[in-house]
Amino acid sequence: MEELREGFFKAINLIATLDPEVVNITRRSLAISATSCSITAAMSIPLGSLIHFTRFPGKRALVSVIQTLFSLPTVVVGLLVFVLFSRAGPLGDLSLLFTPTVMVIGQVILVMPLMLGLVISALSGIDKVIPETAISLGASRLQMAIITLREARYAVLTAVIMGFGRALSEVGLALMVGGNIRGFTRTLTTAISLETSKGEIELSIALGIILLLIALAINITLNRLQHRYGE
Amino acid sequence: MLEAHNLGQEYGGRSVLRDVNLRIEGGEVFALIGPTGAGKTTLLRLLDLLELPAQGKVYFDGTDVTSISRERLRARRRMSFVQQKPVVFTMSVFDNVACGLKWRREGDNVIRQRVGAALELVSMTEYRDRNAKTLSGGETQRVAIARALAVQPEVLLLDEPTANLDPVSVSKIEEVLEHIIKENKMTVLMATHDMSQGQRLASRIGVLVNGRVLQSGTPNEIFTLPESREVAEFVGVENILAGVVVERENGVVTIELDGGRIEAISDYDIGEKVYALVRPENITLTLSQDVTSARNTFPGKIIKTALVGGLVRVEMDCSFPLLSLVTKRSATELNLTAGRSVYTSFKASAVRIIKRWH
Repeated sequence: MEELREGFFKAINLIATLDPEVVNITRRSLAISATSCSITAAMSIPLGSLIHFTRFPGKRALVSVIQTLFSLPTVVVGLLVFVLFSRAGPLGDLSLLFTPTVMVIGQVILVMPLMLGLVISALSGIDKVIPETAISLGASRLQMAIITLREARYAVLTAVIMGFGRALSEVGLALMVGGNIRGFTRTLTTAISLETSKGEIELSIALGIILLLIALAINITLNRLQHRYGE
Repeated sequence: MLEAHNLGQEYGGRSVLRDVNLRIEGGEVFALIGPTGAGKTTLLRLLDLLELPAQGKVYFDGTDVTSISRERLRARRRMSFVQQKPVVFTMSVFDNVACGLKWRREGDNVIRQRVGAALELVSMTEYRDRNAKTLSGGETQRVAIARALAVQPEVLLLDEPTANLDPVSVSKIEEVLEHIIKENKMTVLMATHDMSQGQRLASRIGVLVNGRVLQSGTPNEIFTLPESREVAEFVGVENILAGVVVERENGVVTIELDGGRIEAISDYDIGEKVYALVRPENITLTLSQDVTSARNTFPGKIIKTALVGGLVRVEMDCSFPLLSLVTKRSATELNLTAGRSVYTSFKASAVRIIKRWH
């Protein structure tokens, strides 16, 4: 108990004094997750719209598969990416293993089903008369998709933020393909994992607090958005 | 302008529209009337190219626009459709009305001018910056009409434009519609279950019952010369009496009913199975058997009376059932109450005879 309290105060101190190590890890973590989240959003919003607005056989099955993959284990993605990018793997020549780039690739794979599924359900939540009204007012299919996405904007934004949260908080993938290299691929979660095993409790607690604060900030933003627009 | 050729639609194997043939001429106001569930909305959706028909074709301005996607968009951009329960986008009233114009890539000046004019037409100018989602039902309907008009469509489709609205909103919307109809040379096709609205606004009416267009013609034709039992029922002919022609002389036929004989002007042959249609407002009630020019006079007993708006609906038993509509005043004067004996009379010319198929 004593150790925990001491760790807590030291942690506060590390954050308050903007300890370079802490700031560095936090920035890298946010940068990697934001990058992967942006790439995923740029792919899943159009793709989700395409799936939602097109009728094709097996659509329902596809949506179930996507939803099942919401809980895709991070280590399974880690394994997949590791095998693909390891020296002997099919993409080994790119020498990307243990770089931030490969972490971003892994996170995109990890977050894609979640964001895709949430984008589809965001669009499904919109009254069917909305896209129809757009069509009858002379919208092309693309213009119709855009206005429907616009109507679903808060739910779509929620999908993106949820994806960001998943990318930021996962540890298995980052550890397996990033390698937790100090100053290069070390993120909030991998650092906590390592420092705790080394017994450096205060640094872990500091990083943990930061992680929670980010989660809190995300949550407040989401709540505000939803409250303000009554959705 | 807009044509339906043997149009049919089914949902999940159930046929909702069959063999619909309609031709709506440029500039005319056509009302599609029929009971709820008759297929009016489906027909409008097919004509607006929101759905693909199971059978048949839609022609817009002479071109078959049924299935080629580019043709459909092009034709759709020359029409506007106001749905029965219109929805607005979560944006200002102005932006809602501007949508159709933006999608047609009109310039900012055109948009500002047309949206302004459309909002003025529906008297919603002062709402232009309001979030459209906060409007009442009647206001939403008016925005939907403005949104449809802003693109200056050649064909305007309206699905029950006044259903589920309070009387004040209804008269406001009808006023707007009358104005558009008078001002523009727009072709208007409106669906309504309100016969009188069709009469007031339309130059031609089509009666849709059970997925089929049973009759089309001028409001007067539909109202006074229904061609089938279903149409007669829908346009308010409440006395529909089944009988057989038993005599025919100089254009006057005698119909044998179950419980009486009536005379009518018709040229159906003896032995023909028919329906005799008499509008309740054409039946007069008296207390004594006056000498009248009416050929049909029957003694009867009042079964029930009920107030309908400013009129009194009198149900009688004249050995066959008859229904009459009289003014409140004459109902009081004649003391029309249940159980009272009265004489009913109507002219031979007030009876319409139509063929009965079974």
